[in-house]
Amino acid sequence: MGEPVGGGTDIAITLTVNGVVRRAEVPGRRLLSDCLRHDLGLTGTHVGCEHGVCGCCTVLLDGEPVRSCLMFAVTADGHAVTTVEGLAGPGGELSPVQRAFAECHGLQCGFCTPGFLCVVTALLRENPVPTEEEVLEGVSGNLCRCTGYQNILRSVRRAAEIMAEER
Amino acid sequence: MKPPPFDYHSPRSVGEALEILAATGRDGKVLAGGQSLIPMLNMRLAAPGHVVDINRLTELAAVTVGPDGVRTGALARHAQVERSGPVAAAQPLLRRALRLVAHPAIRNRGTVVGSLVHADPAAELPAVLTLLGGSVRLARRGAVRDVPAARFFTGPLESAAEPDELAVSALFPALPPRSGTAFHEVARRHGDYALAGVAARVRLDDDLRVAAAEVVCVNAGPVPELVDVTGDCGHRAPGTADWGAAARAVRDRIDPEADIHASAAYRRHLAGVLAERALRDAATEAAGG
Ligand SMILES: Cc1cc2nc3c(=O)[nH]c(=O)nc-3n(C[C@H](O)[C@H](O)[C@H](O)COP(=O)(O)OP(=O)(O)OC[C@H]3O[C@@H](n4cnc5c(N)ncnc54)[C@H](O)[C@@H]3O)c2cc1C
Ligand code: FES
Ligand code: FES
Repeated sequence: MGEPVGGGTDIAITLTVNGVVRRAEVPGRRLLSDCLRHDLGLTGTHVGCEHGVCGCCTVLLDGEPVRSCLMFAVTADGHAVTTVEGLAGPGGELSPVQRAFAECHGLQCGFCTPGFLCVVTALLRENPVPTEEEVLEGVSGNLCRCTGYQNILRSVRRAAEIMAEER
Repeated sequence: MKPPPFDYHSPRSVGEALEILAATGRDGKVLAGGQSLIPMLNMRLAAPGHVVDINRLTELAAVTVGPDGVRTGALARHAQVERSGPVAAAQPLLRRALRLVAHPAIRNRGTVVGSLVHADPAAELPAVLTLLGGSVRLARRGAVRDVPAARFFTGPLESAAEPDELAVSALFPALPPRSGTAFHEVARRHGDYALAGVAARVRLDDDLRVAAAEVVCVNAGPVPELVDVTGDCGHRAPGTADWGAAARAVRDRIDPEADIHASAAYRRHLAGVLAERALRDAATEAAGG
């Protein structure tokens, strides 16, 4: 699993992942999702479909949600990436979004959860009081086979509340 | 589901990119947002020997709004264009169409120009460029040309851009006075490629009667085609124009295909219904503005 998937010469890249400067040597074809998981050992980013449909692999690139399966690690060279591992506070305390998902049963098997947590974190940062429609649009690109989505929507509303209370 | 191996190029200037494209020729592929190319690589539907990543050419990220319309550089992302107030004021159809393109995370990476070059008959932006009579600016080493939309889309997933050419920008012309636009589509889920979609533009004359009414349908043939229904709806005020006849004309003139999602007949039906809605909305907007 860990060995390079070859092709062309390896390229040295530097990413700031969850605030930490990380270096890797990767072939051009290495997907950012695989770089995070295999080269950097951050397996919190999940991979479902590898063609942009499921949203599991969503991370924040310079703060904006993107599909890590639809980006080459070399393109991310020099940029900042936030994965699900970087959402909790410095002491490991869960972020408001993570707490809301736990509280409202916004996850069951958890496979889709890293993607949802990243997307919702960015959504509420940009728009702390989203309308119902904005929430739906915000999470529309992420699939969940377990929850039926209602508890995820509840989690987003709850996260907005927690953030407002703590502001 | 991993891309095949390729040589990776990361030019730092447009000039350097054009040199690389000239050298790699048919074996080279431009990588913009990667939201269509990388899925194709992952599924092994494409296997270029060289990938030329233009993401560091920040000189191509500009979106300029002028009296002639909106010019989007090759690195202008869907989300950037969608959010721009000046763009929405100069050409409101762009924002309307972009909101129907995929999901926010994909719009954060995908580029407007990349979507045009990709030339998917199911995509919204090629229909918009065709309806507005826009153009794409192509550069190769030592030469630049502007290709009008009517000649840019040459087949499904085929455009006039040659392997050694870089699409540097696209121009979406502004609307003449007393004009309105609309975009309606039906997709199986929000953000999916549409089963059918219609972009419409209506222009009224000084007496506020319909002077021009045109649509372009998504997923209705190998390339986006302008369907002029001015003669079908009648030279009348928007409220009394025969939009039903215009919709029938659209249904008769398009050539949709069947696939696992919808039959050709169902697509044709949808296009008619959506055309009537889009034309009415465009006419209402034209009358109000
Ligand atoms: C899940 C999902 C859903 C989607 N849904 C929709 C949808 O509903 N509607 C829609 O329209 N699109 C949709 N897309 C596609 C998306 O809009 C893409 O961003 C767009 O089609 C291509 O833009 P890009 O910048 O990502 O191009 P890339 O993927 O980088 O490139 C696409 C093609 O164009 C070429 N190319 C790109 N830029 C240039 C250039 N400047 N010069 C020369 N050649 C160039 C590339 O070589 C490649 O062949 C979807 C994508 C995904 C993953
Ligand atoms: S794994 Fe990236 S979107 Fe499914
Ligand atoms: S919790 Fe199982 S897929 Fe969403």
